[in-house]
Formats: sequence, structure tokens, C-alpha cells
Amino acid sequence: MKALCWYGKEDVRIEKIADPKILNPHDAIVKITLTAICGSDLHLYDGYIPTMRKGDVLGHEFMGEVVEIGPEVKKLAKGDRVVVPFPISCGHCFFCNQEEYSLCDNSNPNAAVAEKMYGYSGAALFGYSHMLGGYAGGQAEYARVPFADIGPIKVPDELSDEQVLFLSDILPTGYQAAANCAIRGGDTVAVWGCGPVGLFAMQSARLLGAERVIAIDCVPERLELARATRQVETINFAEESVLEGLRELSGGRGPDACIDAVGMEAHGFGPLGWYDKAKQTVRLQTDRPTVLREAIQACRKGGTVSIPGVYGGLIDKFNFGAAFGKGLTFKMGQTHVQKYLPDLLERIARGEIAPNDIISHRLSLDQGPEAYRMFREKADGCIKVVMKP
Amino acid sequence: MMQQSTPMHARPEYANETLQESQYGSAPQRNMGYPERLISKVGGVFLGAYGLTRGSLGGLLVAGVGGLLYHRGSTGICPVYSALDIDRSEPSPGPEIIRISDTVTINRSREDLYQFWRNFENLPLFMRHLAEVRQTDESHSHWRLRLASGLGSVEWDAELTEDRPGEQLSWRSLPGAELHNTGTVTFREAPVGRGTEVGLIIVYHPPGGRLGITAAKLANPLFAQMAREDIRRFKSLMEVGEIPTIEGQPTGS
Repeated sequence: MKALCWYGKEDVRIEKIADPKILNPHDAIVKITLTAICGSDLHLYDGYIPTMRKGDVLGHEFMGEVVEIGPEVKKLAKGDRVVVPFPISCGHCFFCNQEEYSLCDNSNPNAAVAEKMYGYSGAALFGYSHMLGGYAGGQAEYARVPFADIGPIKVPDELSDEQVLFLSDILPTGYQAAANCAIRGGDTVAVWGCGPVGLFAMQSARLLGAERVIAIDCVPERLELARATRQVETINFAEESVLEGLRELSGGRGPDACIDAVGMEAHGFGPLGWYDKAKQTVRLQTDRPTVLREAIQACRKGGTVSIPGVYGGLIDKFNFGAAFGKGLTFKMGQTHVQKYLPDLLERIARGEIAPNDIISHRLSLDQGPEAYRMFREKADGCIKVVMKP
Repeated sequence: MMQQSTPMHARPEYANETLQESQYGSAPQRNMGYPERLISKVGGVFLGAYGLTRGSLGGLLVAGVGGLLYHRGSTGICPVYSALDIDRSEPSPGPEIIRISDTVTINRSREDLYQFWRNFENLPLFMRHLAEVRQTDESHSHWRLRLASGLGSVEWDAELTEDRPGEQLSWRSLPGAELHNTGTVTFREAPVGRGTEVGLIIVYHPPGGRLGITAAKLANPLFAQMAREDIRRFKSLMEVGEIPTIEGQPTGS
């Protein structure tokens, strides 16, 4: 089959490799009909995630048709059309039982590596480094899906691939980011990053009752898209002070909740920005926490900082005193995708959410390498790329 | 039998200050504290991974610095601190040799887990290096351990020394074993609804006197990691009926 493989920093290639096989009794093989590049794939593309190996198949946002099932798969059958969540979850451990699917105990065959870095390992993910399982991803013609009874959700024929694909990651990720803010009527929510996850977080914050949503970015077309489609006010951080802007827009209180939908590769300005970039470049810190620092500083007393953006290792100059002094609550982590799927699928079917409105580019899998480059450069108004194998 | 292994707790006992001071004069001493060692290790891994993936001379240098950081973290000895006569270590216990223990919580009942383990022939299903266990009668079994590729295998007969249904199983190798060992697995109910806490203790008695002990000491972290992997595989097998794997999946060349 054809697959998009990682070979190093800014080096991804289309390769001809063997088709995946059933390896465990709860596996299924899915023939992929649509796949996407995620903002977090750019951390791999930029070489910031350790334990990638040459030849690893990329991609964790995909859907398709079940073409083969293992002997223990009960809920799926050949021919089913499914969307596959990006965390791989067993469905039987302590964490899965309380719907914390991305913390699954049993899916990561390389848990030892993650334990060395984090103390304990979370769930394995598709196509996201060997520390997180080393499973081949879905930017390919076929994928092996472990624990097929737990993850994949069947989707009705009336809904197109483009309407449901983002159930795999970014829609539930944006939704969880907003749900983690415990929004009450009258709340103001600030969202850093007008990429796909940020846009879905804004929309979800509204659905969950936020009075006011403020979007922060520096890419003019992204701010424009947020204004046009998400009923938000915007702050362009290249032009004005975020802290002052937020203070003004929130009546001097600060936002009730702040969402960091950017993560470890934030843009920074001024001396602290250069400092972070330099330290990250020589790996004295692995993550650039510009947005996180600002969110902590901006948040109102007793508010919540919700972090869907990915962080991988160590950060520096962390304003923890501000977090403590204001009694902030932090919520973060990979998304428990499976938990939100039935509700979100229904909202799509009802027309409440049209996730496909963020797609800016429709390409073929063969164009994958160019697609990564374009998405990274945010060239050509690139917001979200979907690819057909 | 486990009482035999007293030397595993052996560590230098410093009778007085003078002796301790004399230690400082010779070989490099640990001079870093725990959090700093951890940070040094994690930073080193990142730096090393990053440097190696760069594939350039600069990348190699970065990887080299990562390696130094990692080494400094894992040994707890910082050459810069040594040169400056700085000591940031805290007293640490001496290493335990060839006694491996680990605990895992499994979302199944004590009885289920006990039953599965009681049939020793099941052990190779999750103990990666165990090629075969054959139950010869109710309390005796024959074990075959696969060594690293090309080195063949080690075999021994073992007997059950303790059998408390739903609570504990202990076994030991019989005289004549190439690798004398004892093992105990305990099953304890976890707090309400959280399954069973499974404890595993394995003690190896390395052959060949001081040399064997040194070799075993060196291999100890490896054995400990193997035991942890095995018990994790036991958990997966019992919770979901399979052990996660990527062995055999396709990748780019």
C-alpha cells in the first residue's frame, strides 16, 4: 500500500510498503477513505517529538471502511463505515472504565519508555512516536486498528466523510477543552490559537453557554475566519497587548477561562521569545510555553486554564507563582475521544456543528509532502488539509 | 530460602566520620540530588534524540552534550561539581542485588488472577523470556528460560512452597538448578472496585561467587525492567485478553 512515512525533520515521503495485517484478536483493518494532517503532526514534522523512527507511518486522523476483523471483534463487521479515534484504548482498565480513554493502561507496548519520562504512560496513539506506542498511522491506504470494539464509531451513510472525519481528534479535542472550563452562564472564555482545535473550542464554549468568546492569533486570515464563523471577538497579538486587550474586554476581571490551543511551538515576541526559541533549539527546554505563560497571567482569579495544545517535556521560566497566587485550576491532557463521540455525532447529524467548515485544502495522499510544507508555513490560507488515499 | 540472600542488602556501614571522609579523597562520589538528576536525564534524552535525528555534525555534538547530561543524571556524578567541590547529593541506600520486586493493579478479582497464575504452564504467555513451564505434578514443575539469542537456554525443576488460594503463591528451584531462584506472587484486594494489587518478588542467586555477583549487579536493572514488562503483560492479558504489540506491522524502509 501507499503510506506517508516520516524520515526526519521536514522529511516525509510517500512510500510503497506492505499492507497491515491482523496481529491481535481484537484488531480490525480499515481501508482509509479520508485522512487529515493535524497541527500536532507538525511537532513531528519539525522534529520536536523524540522516539520517532525512520519509516514510521504518520497520521492519527482517519476514517474508512472495515475490510477485515480479528476473531474477537464483536461490534464491527466488514463493510462498516467508521471514524477511528486517535488514542488507542482497551476499554477494560481502570481508566477506560471511567471514560479517561487517553490514559488507557493497556495499549502502549512501549510503556516503559514513557514511564521513564513521565512516571506513568498514557494511552498509545496512532502514528505519534514509539514512546507513545509506535503504531503505524492513518495517512495511508490501510491501517490496523487495535481494540476495534472500543474505539471506532460507526457513522450513518447520510453523513459525508468530510462531515464526520474530525470526530477522530480535533472536534472532540476542542470540545473537551471547553468542557474542561466548567463554563457557567455569563462566562468569558479566551482561546489562544485560531487553528482547527481553537476554532472548535470556541464553538464548543458557545454551545456550553459562554457569554463571550475571545480569539487570539497573529495570522489575519485565521482571525477573520474565527470572527466570521465562530461569533467571537479577536485580538491580534502581533498588533496589541493580549493582557491589556483581555482585561479591557472582560471588564477588568480577566477571562473566567483561558484555553491554550497552541502548545509547545508557540510564537514568542521580544527577549523572552528569543530566549525560549534559543533554549528550545539547543534542547535546554523542549517546549516553548509563551501561550501558557500568557494564559496564566491573563486568567481571572480562581479561573481555569485548559490546555488542549500539546506539550512534551520541560519548560522554563514558568510563572507558577501567578497560578498559585490566583488559585487557578489547570485541566489538560490528550482527549478522551471515545467519551464525546456519541454526543458530537448527534450534534453533527442535527446540523448544530458543521466541522467541515474549516477544510481549506482537499488533496490526494500523494501530495502529502507538499501538504505538510504548506500547512507548516500556513501558506495559501491553509487551515486544514484533508487527503484522499 | 529467601533468608539465604542476606548479602543482597549488604552496603558499607560507615562507623565514623573519618572513614566517610577518606572515601571522598579517592573515586568520584555522587554529588547531585534527585530532582536535578531526573532533569538532567530527561533533558539528556531529548537532546540526544534530537541530536541523533539531525544527522549532521552539529547534531552529533548536540547528541554528545545530551549523552553527557544523561550520564551525569544517571550516575549522579557531575564533573563540574566535582571540580568545584560541590556536593548536592542526599544519602541513598546501597543497591540491592538480584532481588526484583514490582507491583501492579489489575482490574480483575483475586481469585481469577490466582487461578491463572496457579497453572504455571500459563506463565510463558506473558513472561517473554520463559520458553516453557511444564507441570510435572500438583506441586512440581519444569522451567525453561530462553537466554539472549544464540546463548541457548537454562532449565530447572521447581516446587511450590506456598499455596494460599486467592492470596499468594511461592515457588523455588530445586537443588541442581543452573540458576537458583525463588519467586512469590501475592494478590491483595485494592480499595473498593479497583481490582487486585499484584506483587511479584523474584530472587536470583547468581552462580560463580564474586564475579557472578558483579555480573548480576550489572544486569540487575535489566532484570528489573524485564520483570516489570512481564507483569505489565500479565495485566494486559488478564484485563483485555491480549498483549499490545506492533511486531509485524509494516513501516517504510
